[in-house]
Amino acid sequence: MFKFDKLIWGDLGWGDEFFFATLMTLAVSILSMGLGLFLAIITVWAKIFQSKITRLIANFYTTVIRGIPELLVIYLIFFGSNQVVMSIAKIFGYNKYIEVHPFTVGTIAIAFISATYSSEVLRAAYLSINKGQIEAAKALGLNRVGVFLKVLSPQIIRHALPGIGNVWQITLKDTSLISVTGLVEIMRMSRIASNVEHSPFTFYLTAALLYLFLTTFSGKFFKILELNYSKGYN
Amino acid sequence: MQEIFIILKEYLIIKNFFIVLKGLDNTLLLLVISLPIGFFLSLIFALGRVSKFTFISKSIAAYIFVIRGTPLLVQIYLIYFGLGQIKLFQETFLWYIFESSLWCGVIALTLNTVAYGAEIFRGGIQSINKGEVESGLALGFSKFMMLRKIIFPIAIRKVLPAYGNELILMVKATSLVSLTTYMEMTGIAKNIMAKTFAPVEAFIAAGILYLFLNFLMVQFVKYLEWKYNPHLRLSN
Repeated sequence: MFKFDKLIWGDLGWGDEFFFATLMTLAVSILSMGLGLFLAIITVWAKIFQSKITRLIANFYTTVIRGIPELLVIYLIFFGSNQVVMSIAKIFGYNKYIEVHPFTVGTIAIAFISATYSSEVLRAAYLSINKGQIEAAKALGLNRVGVFLKVLSPQIIRHALPGIGNVWQITLKDTSLISVTGLVEIMRMSRIASNVEHSPFTFYLTAALLYLFLTTFSGKFFKILELNYSKGYN
Repeated sequence: MQEIFIILKEYLIIKNFFIVLKGLDNTLLLLVISLPIGFFLSLIFALGRVSKFTFISKSIAAYIFVIRGTPLLVQIYLIYFGLGQIKLFQETFLWYIFESSLWCGVIALTLNTVAYGAEIFRGGIQSINKGEVESGLALGFSKFMMLRKIIFPIAIRKVLPAYGNELILMVKATSLVSLTTYMEMTGIAKNIMAKTFAPVEAFIAAGILYLFLNFLMVQFVKYLEWKYNPHLRLSN
C-alpha cells in the first residue's frame, strides 16, 4: 500500500522533488503571510483611524473575501490577473499575450485571504489596549511615533501572537489550493508523482505528513515566540 | 461600440448567474448531509475528548491533531484518489461509496468538521460551571438527563458564535469538492470560464451566490443565538 521505495532521494525516487516542493510551500506561505500582515495593518488603519469611506471599503473587502471560498478567490485572481495585466499593457501599446507567473499570483491571492484574518486579530489586539496608557504616554511627552513603538506595538504583538499563530496555520494550509495554478508545491508535486507512478495513496499520504510536519513545527515556533513576548506577565 | 460591449458583459454575468445557480443544489446536498452528521459526531467526540478513559481521549486528540494539521484538499484527494486505489475498497460494496465524488466529498467534509467542531464543543463543555453539574447531581439526574438538560444546552449556547464561524468555513469548504470532478457551483463556474474565456464574470457570479449562502448562514446562527439565549432577550 505505502511504497517507501518511491520516496528515496535521487533519480529513482521522489524524495528530492518533494523536498524542494516543501521549500516552495514554505516560501509561498512565508511571503504571503508577510504581505498579508502588511495588508492587514493597512486594513486596520483604514478601519480604525480613517474616514467613513475607507472604513466602508475595508469592511467590504474583509466581508467579501471571507464570504467567498478561498478557491474562488484564487481562480478569480489567477485567471483574472492575466486580463487585467494585458489590458494595462494595451494602454502602453503592448498587444502580445502576457502570462503572470503562478508564484506571484498565488502569493498575492493567499496574501489577500490571509490579510482578512490577520486584520481581525490585529484589530482585536489594538482594541484590547487600555486608552489610558496612550494618554499616560502622551502626558509623559512621547510623540506619536514613540507612543506606537514603545507603548502600543509591544502590547499589540503580545495580544496578537496567539491569533497570528492560528492565521499562519490557516495560511500554510491554504497554500495547498494554489496547486490549481500549476505552481509545483507539495500538493501539485504529489499530484504529478501519483499520476506518474499510479500510486495516489502513497503520495497524498506523503503530502499529508509533510503538511502535518510543517504545521506542528511552526506551531512550536509560535509557542516559543509567545513565551518570549509575554515575559512581562510570567 | 464600447458601450454595447459593456452591456453585453453585464448580460454575461446575469447569464452566468443562472447557470451557476444550477450547481446550488449540489452544494447544498454536500452541506445538508455533512453538517447534521458532523454536528452530532462533534458532540460525541467532544464528550470522548474530555472523558476519563485516557485511551479514548488520547486517540480522539490524535485524530483532531491530524485533521487540523493537514489541508482539507489533501484529505479530499487522499480519500477520493488514495483510498480508491486500495483493493479492499475496490472489491467490496465500499466501492459504491469511494467511486462517487459526492460521497468522498461528504466523508472528507464530515471528518473535517468533526475535528474542528469537537474542539469547539470541548471548550464549551469544559467552561461549564461545576456548580451546575453538582446541582444536577443533587436533583438526582441520570447521566443522560444531565447531558441533555444541563451540559449540552449550556455548552451549545456558549459555543454558538465559534460554531457559526465553523459553519461558514464549511460552506466555503464545499468548493474544494469541485476538484474531484463534482459539479457544484465552483466547478460550474470553472466550466463556464473554460467555455467563454471570461473568468471574472464567471467567478463573480459564483462569488455572489456564495456570499448569499453565507449571509443566510449568519442569519441562521443569529436566530439560534436568539433562541438559545432567552435570558438575554428584551422582555417584549
